[in-house]
Amino acid sequence: MEAKIGTRNIKSLIFKGVVIFFAFVITIPLIIVLLYIIKQGVTEVNWHFLTHVPAPPGEKGGGISNALVGSFIMVLMASVVAIPVGIFAGIYLSENPRTKLAYYSGLCVDILQGVPSIVVGIVVYFWVVKPLGTFSAIAGSIALAIMMLPIIIRSTEQTLKLLPDSLKEAALSLGVPYHRVILKVIVPCGFAGILSGITLSVARVIGETAPLLFTALGNNFFSLKITGQMESLPHVIFTYATSPYDDWHDLAWGASFILLVFVLTLNIVTKVITRKWKIQL
Amino acid sequence: MENKRLELSNSQLKWEILFKRILIAMSIILVLIIIGVLITLILESMPSIKSLGIGYLWGKVWDPVQNIYGAYPFLVGTLLTSFIALIISVPFSYAIAIYLGEYNPKGWLSDLLKNTIELIAAVPSIIYGFWGLFVLVPVIRTLEINLHILPYGVGIFTASIVLAVMIIPYGASLGITLIRMVPSPLKEGAYALGATRFEVIRNVIMPYTRTGLFAGVLLSLGRALGETMAVTMLIGNTSAIASTFKDIIFGPGNTMASVIANEFTEADHTLYLSALIELGLVLFFVTVVINLIGKRIITRFTNN
Repeated sequence: MEAKIGTRNIKSLIFKGVVIFFAFVITIPLIIVLLYIIKQGVTEVNWHFLTHVPAPPGEKGGGISNALVGSFIMVLMASVVAIPVGIFAGIYLSENPRTKLAYYSGLCVDILQGVPSIVVGIVVYFWVVKPLGTFSAIAGSIALAIMMLPIIIRSTEQTLKLLPDSLKEAALSLGVPYHRVILKVIVPCGFAGILSGITLSVARVIGETAPLLFTALGNNFFSLKITGQMESLPHVIFTYATSPYDDWHDLAWGASFILLVFVLTLNIVTKVITRKWKIQL
Repeated sequence: MENKRLELSNSQLKWEILFKRILIAMSIILVLIIIGVLITLILESMPSIKSLGIGYLWGKVWDPVQNIYGAYPFLVGTLLTSFIALIISVPFSYAIAIYLGEYNPKGWLSDLLKNTIELIAAVPSIIYGFWGLFVLVPVIRTLEINLHILPYGVGIFTASIVLAVMIIPYGASLGITLIRMVPSPLKEGAYALGATRFEVIRNVIMPYTRTGLFAGVLLSLGRALGETMAVTMLIGNTSAIASTFKDIIFGPGNTMASVIANEFTEADHTLYLSALIELGLVLFFVTVVINLIGKRIITRFTNN
């Protein structure tokens, strides 16, 4: 049973080697994917690409302005809905952790976090698209807002829970009404944490395709009508990547590059915010 | 003066009550969303539940033209892709968890690796799918030619590989936190008795974190089951089920999520549409149960 210390040490070293190998090997696929997208995409991106709508197959040129604007509008509308709801719900959860409502809505946040995005798409189709009778950007935004909620709520809740109670007690003892204590003292103190949750949720939904398939669908033309179909970055990638035309594949590589830049930037911003905030605390 | 103060406090009281009501309303909205999702899915899949019954789940044929619906091919596809992906991903996520939790918890190298792994989770699934379609599929096709299998390129195996990469961060990041939570007196005790690092990891850290790491596996399984876009682009989308095991693994298939993504907007009659929604309902239940079990284990673990 008891092996010599030499063999045991060697076993330990081998195990360490295997662990390090597996831990670092996983960075290779990421690097390959990133480099490939950059290589294929960066040559496509120019001013023309950003300001024109897609060209029909066979024609050179064309761009993704409709998808850029569409993604921007839909994410903006989703944020307008999801940020206030998420922050208020997060405040409730952190302020009243022991109530029955907090238990059930906490449970619902957990459930919402695990719901496959395609299911959100189906449900919003029946909530919005069917009653309105048409695929629309509004429906897309609602689907995205539902996807954003759990991230914003959890980050708000966790940030506010970390703040010392004495902060709130000090403000209350000065006679400041409860809502002003929360909005003027507690929320500003946890602002960075809440903000990082918001940027993270935007980074998450800007690349979401599945919930948009049955809601905003897509649109080959430039459209600002929020009650009509609207193109988005991930959807333009999906349509053109699965099309048989090489010109359209190039367009999709360019769009992937832009999407990747957005997502990575938002993630870095989140990182910077959280790091700064941790130092301040 | 007195009056003014009274008025002021009255209006403040009003605001306070309003504020509290808003907070409660926003939390109720969450519960309503989940109940709404559940009711919508059940109501809309009612036609299919009524006319196809429970046998729908193991009906082997999916043929919308003949109006025959069976979910079995998609259940098999979903389970296979998720489990292959899980088997591939577990060694990696455990290794990352052990390395960043125990061997190298601090320093620039560990920060770099940790950020890289978070980045893997950040890349949208559509980009993995697109990349897989143009880079991985040809590679797999050559591999299949060398193995003398029908060279589809796309298929369950291809989808599983990409899926494995995508779910590694979920298991790993939880594992790192858990392994760092192992009390150091336990580890120090083992070292003092002359244990090597490997023995400490195997006999102290692993038993201590086992349930937590299992919860991480469950959470990544939940991710894998519901993942849509990358799988839809890589799985080949056939609703027929192959006869031999090798063809099932390497050949094209379909998952519940991918068949919904592909056929939902094409579904032209009620039964077809509601059969698809029933798939969504099954997917919803399975992922919710898996996620809640995972979360429950983690809460219990961190509270102890």
